[in-house]
Amino acid sequence: MTSDTVQGETAAPPRSLTFTEPGPEPRRKRRRRQAGRRNDPRLFLFLVPAAVIYPWLVLWPTVQAVRFSLTDWDGLSTTFNEVGLGNYRRLFGGDSVFTQAVGNSFKFMLAVVIGQTTLSLVLALALQRNTRTNIALRALYFFPTVLSSVSVAFVWSFVYDPTFGLANTLLSAVGLGSWQQPWLGDQSLAIYYLAIVQIWFHAGQMMVVYIAGLQTIPPELYEAVDLDGATRWQRFRYLTWPLVAPATAIVVAYTTIQSFKAFDLIYASTGGGPNHATEILSTLIYNSAFRTFEFGYAAAQSVIFVLVVALVTVVQRRAVALSSRGG
Amino acid sequence: MALAAPSVRGVARTVGLTVYALIILVPLTVVLFTTLKTSPQMYASPFGLPTTPTLDNFGELLNGGQLGTSLLNSVVVTLSSVVLTLLVSSWAAYGIARIHGWTGIVVFGVFALGLAVPAQVAMIPQYVIFKQIGLTNSLLGLILINIAVTCPVAIFILTGFLKTLPNELFEAAEIDGAGQWRTYRSIALPLAKPSFAAVAIFLFVMHWNDLLYPLLFITDPSKATLPKALLDFKGEYTTNYPVLFAGVLVASAPMVIAYVFLQRYFVAGITAGATKC
Repeated sequence: MTSDTVQGETAAPPRSLTFTEPGPEPRRKRRRRQAGRRNDPRLFLFLVPAAVIYPWLVLWPTVQAVRFSLTDWDGLSTTFNEVGLGNYRRLFGGDSVFTQAVGNSFKFMLAVVIGQTTLSLVLALALQRNTRTNIALRALYFFPTVLSSVSVAFVWSFVYDPTFGLANTLLSAVGLGSWQQPWLGDQSLAIYYLAIVQIWFHAGQMMVVYIAGLQTIPPELYEAVDLDGATRWQRFRYLTWPLVAPATAIVVAYTTIQSFKAFDLIYASTGGGPNHATEILSTLIYNSAFRTFEFGYAAAQSVIFVLVVALVTVVQRRAVALSSRGG
Repeated sequence: MALAAPSVRGVARTVGLTVYALIILVPLTVVLFTTLKTSPQMYASPFGLPTTPTLDNFGELLNGGQLGTSLLNSVVVTLSSVVLTLLVSSWAAYGIARIHGWTGIVVFGVFALGLAVPAQVAMIPQYVIFKQIGLTNSLLGLILINIAVTCPVAIFILTGFLKTLPNELFEAAEIDGAGQWRTYRSIALPLAKPSFAAVAIFLFVMHWNDLLYPLLFITDPSKATLPKALLDFKGEYTTNYPVLFAGVLVASAPMVIAYVFLQRYFVAGITAGATKC
């Protein structure tokens, strides 16, 4: 009960990050609607540029993707055939690369969501007080976020280089030479090694969301549970975790979507290889369309991709809501 | 904490934070050092300090590659995209925030829809459109697509902010005889400055680092932006890490410098923008 009310009040931690003051918000629209108050038509002129470019280059193409998915167009010819649901039948009728890409997308997503949420929360808990050192460390941890995916991919391709990369060299230097790996060349684990890169890339960003969330928890509450003799774990489990739930919701939702969309990083690191071992849906769509020129088939993959993203978003929202209510 | 006898917990915290700091810093430092080595030096000692630092890698980039052109392209595309997206989005946000009743809500909803559509869905038809009207291999094409795909998030944030302003403010301007344009310029824009800064930085990072659209639409190396040019280098200098990293450094430098000076705004802007996507 209490956790619900507090959640309601702190429902939007990133608000403070947008520099917006909550401010008073007089809701008196009703009153204004009387006496023939109409919208000034000139207001619609302000919408014109966005209302041209956005439907033209985003909405219309999205609709067209569905249309393309029902054809066998190769993207080059002037003609194509309607194939009905043929592309979809092919996707679900044992296209092993597609199945593998779906599997990889989920492996990558789960590894990143679990790893990044945990790490960013741990870092946030350690750095939530605004001391000088903490502020400096936050800036450092956040830093990779401003780099481009391509740069990050190159830095890590050096770390993971099997012959003289940082990872293998360090391992042998500390006497763990037997742990040396081919890293991104390892077909069964490469996708997880890429998940580590993604976490390195964005954990600092999610830490910032968590810190904002943690700082909305009133210190008096901690004092109260300390007086009750709560252990550290109890304090976290029954106070911090439920109260930081709005931030968790944001972190999990964002991380999920971000990992599904991690096209740039994976494309620049491995291109989906070796042998599709790191192919996720977004790279597969690109490769199907622009490597093998199966536009129709790629469009069908992209339609499935949207549905998967939508489904995962719904499920994951439920899960977060349940887990924070469970306490 | 204040009495801080070195507890096990305190030590663990310090060790943990230091280790993570090293995990961030070490790869970046190694990369930085590598740019100052020749290829043989790097193979001989990948992680040593550059004993005889050389700037040859940067020279090779400038002579051999199109890096100068790509840098310029990136600057042109990023600046134009950020400025135009901000303009277009702030107009739309002003309109949406001030149109009352269902109309405003519906228009807002249609733009918010754009936040949910993954780029990989629209990209195939986008490519077809660009091909048809000759916008491939064109910086203008990149700018247009940047505006189209990032205006939803900008509109979302800016509308959210403008709606928190009391309506009386706008009414007062109206009573004083200000037209809509004047109200936008003199009331909405100045008050929305902080949101503007946040959105601008978010867009700046996003447009500067974008790989997908240059990859889709640009095949002519003289039209490539930095991320695309870097990726092409990788093909060219497969194992020549020093040159590759010199490229990474050049591509990252503007962002890193901006981050160092505008750090607070970066953190706020990127996080605010990203969590809305």
